[in-house]
Amino acid sequence: MFTATLSQLVPGAAYLFAAFLFMYGLKRMSSPVSAPSGIRVAGIGMLVAVLASFFNVLGVSAAARPHLILNMSLAVVALVLGGGAAWWKGRKVAMTSMPQMVALYNGMGGGAAAAIAAVELFGFSTQGATRLIVTLIGAMIGAVSLSGSIIAWAKLDEVIKKPLRFKGQQVFNALAMLVTIAVGAYLVFAVQTGTHPLLSVNAGIYLFFGCALVFGILMTLPIGGADMPVVISIYNAFTGLAVALEGFVLQNPALMIAGMVVGAAGMLLTLLMAKAMNRSVSNVLFSDFGAAVKQKKSKMQGSLKPVEASDAGIFMRYAKNVIIIPGYGLAVAQAQQKLYEFVKLLQGAGVGVKFAVHPVAGRMPGQMDVLLAEAGVPYDLIFQLEDINDDFATTDVALVIGANDVVNPAARTDKTSPIYGMPILNADKAKRVYVVKRGQGEGYAGIENGLFYGDNCEMVYGDAQAVLVKMIEAVRGLDAVAA
Amino acid sequence: MHFQLAITGFVALYIFMLAAFGGWVIIGNVPAILHTPLMSGSNFVHGIVVVGAMFAMLNASTVTQQIIGFFAVLLGAGNAAGGYAVTDRMLAMFQPSAAAAHKKPVHVIVKHAKG
Repeated sequence: MFTATLSQLVPGAAYLFAAFLFMYGLKRMSSPVSAPSGIRVAGIGMLVAVLASFFNVLGVSAAARPHLILNMSLAVVALVLGGGAAWWKGRKVAMTSMPQMVALYNGMGGGAAAAIAAVELFGFSTQGATRLIVTLIGAMIGAVSLSGSIIAWAKLDEVIKKPLRFKGQQVFNALAMLVTIAVGAYLVFAVQTGTHPLLSVNAGIYLFFGCALVFGILMTLPIGGADMPVVISIYNAFTGLAVALEGFVLQNPALMIAGMVVGAAGMLLTLLMAKAMNRSVSNVLFSDFGAAVKQKKSKMQGSLKPVEASDAGIFMRYAKNVIIIPGYGLAVAQAQQKLYEFVKLLQGAGVGVKFAVHPVAGRMPGQMDVLLAEAGVPYDLIFQLEDINDDFATTDVALVIGANDVVNPAARTDKTSPIYGMPILNADKAKRVYVVKRGQGEGYAGIENGLFYGDNCEMVYGDAQAVLVKMIEAVRGLDAVAA
Repeated sequence: MHFQLAITGFVALYIFMLAAFGGWVIIGNVPAILHTPLMSGSNFVHGIVVVGAMFAMLNASTVTQQIIGFFAVLLGAGNAAGGYAVTDRMLAMFQPSAAAAHKKPVHVIVKHAKG
C-alpha cells in the first residue's frame, strides 16, 4: 500500500539525515570558530526528525486508529506547551544559573525516556524477553536520571542547602537499587509466563517506576553541591543511554545513535571533569567530601600583606604582561564586565593581558569561559591550564580574582593535603601576585593557601566589583594626569 | 516504525558500538573552553527522545497510555527546545578579538577623573 510505504520511507530517510546532522553538528562544536553553526546544524536535524515523525499517523496500529484525532491533538499541544515553556525559560535564564538549567532539561529527557517505556509496558507491545528487559533497563536509567536531576537542580538552585547523610546510607541505597531490579525481574517473569503470583503486572509496573524514582533521589541526596556538575554529567550520559535503549525498543535508529553518542560523550566528559577535580567518579558518588578535611590546620610561614586596590592597579598599568586567574567569586560579585573594562585599559596602555582558566573554575567545567565570553572577552585571550602554565615564570603579574584552591601550591607539594595531585595554575611562579579576595577565609575545600603567604604575593581585600572600580579609576586618573 | 531491516540482536549492538565510539572520538577533540556548551549541546541531542515520545503518543490506545504519552512528548519537547535555546545563547557569545572589537561596548563608565 502506498501510504504504508510512505509512512516508513519518509521517517526512515528523515531519521537517517537527522542522525547525520547530529554527529556533524557535534563535530563542528569542537572549535569555538565553528561551534555556533554546529548547534544550528544539530537543530535542523531535530526539526526534520520531529516533522517527519508526524508521518507515523499513516501507519499507526489498528488499536490506536480510533483515537488518532485525539492523540494527534494531544501530541501537538504537548509539543507546543513543553517546547514553548522550555524555550522561553532557556532564553532568559542567567548564565550563572546555567548548570541547574542543564540539569533540569536533562531530567526532562530522562523522564521522557521512562515515559516511553511505561507506554510500551502498559500496552504489552514489548514482545519477547530481550525487548522487555531492554525496555525495563532503559526505564530504570531514565527514571533515575529524572529524579536525580531534579535533586541536582534543587541543590544547585539552593532549594536544598545541605547534603542529607545518615549512617548505613550506602547499604540502604544499594538495597533500594536491588529492590528496583527485583521488581523488574518479577515483571519479566510475570509477563513471560503469564502468571502473577504476587502482584498484577500493572501494579508491578507502578511499583517498578516508584522504586526507580526513589532510588534516583536517594542516590543524589548525599552528594555535596560542589560535586553536582560531575553528577549532572553522569545523568546526562544516563539519559543518553536510556534514549538509546528505548530507541532499540521502538526500532528507531535515530534514537539509538543519538542516545549512544551522548551516552559515550557524557561518560568521557564526566571522567575529564573528575580528573580536573582530582577525584574519581566513584569517590564523588560514594564518599562524603569535606567531612574529614577540616581536622588539622597547618602553620603557614610568612604573613598576609594587604595592599590598596589603586596601588595594585597602577602597578599592573606599568607591567609588561599580566595573567588574570578568574574564579567563581568573580561571578558571584557579577564583576566580569568590570574586569574586562580594566583589561581593555591595560591593553590600551600596551600591557599584554591573558586569562588563565582552570578546568573547574565556575560551578561547571567551562562555565567560566562562558561567563567571560558573555562579558565580551574574546576567546583568543582565554587560555587553558596546560597551554599557559609555563608562561607564569616570565610574567610580571598574576592577578587572582575570586579563585583559591585552583592556585594552591599545596596541590604540588603537600602530600597530606586533600587537594594533593590536583593540577593547579602556577600563579606562585609569577614575579608578583595580587589576590583579590573578600576576606581572610579559606576556599571551599577549607585549606590554607600557601600562595597568599609568599614573598611575591599581596592581598587586595574587598568585593571584586568594588576593587575593580578602584583599579579602573586609579589607572584612568593616572592617564588623565599624564595627558 | 517497521523498516524492512529489523534491528535485532547483533545489529543493534553494532549500531551501539559504532555510535559510542563516534561520540567518544568527537567529544575527545573538544577544547576545555567549550565544555559547558558541549554538555548542554549533547543534552540537546538526546532531546531526540521527543520523536520516540511522538510515536508512543500517536500509537496510544488506552487512557493511561494517552496520559503517559502526553507527558513523554511534553518532557521530550522541553529537553529539545530548552537544550537548543541555552546552547545557542552560550555559543553566540564566543567571539574572536577582531569580531569583539566591532561589537558595541558592553558597559562604559561615564565618570572620568579629571586631573
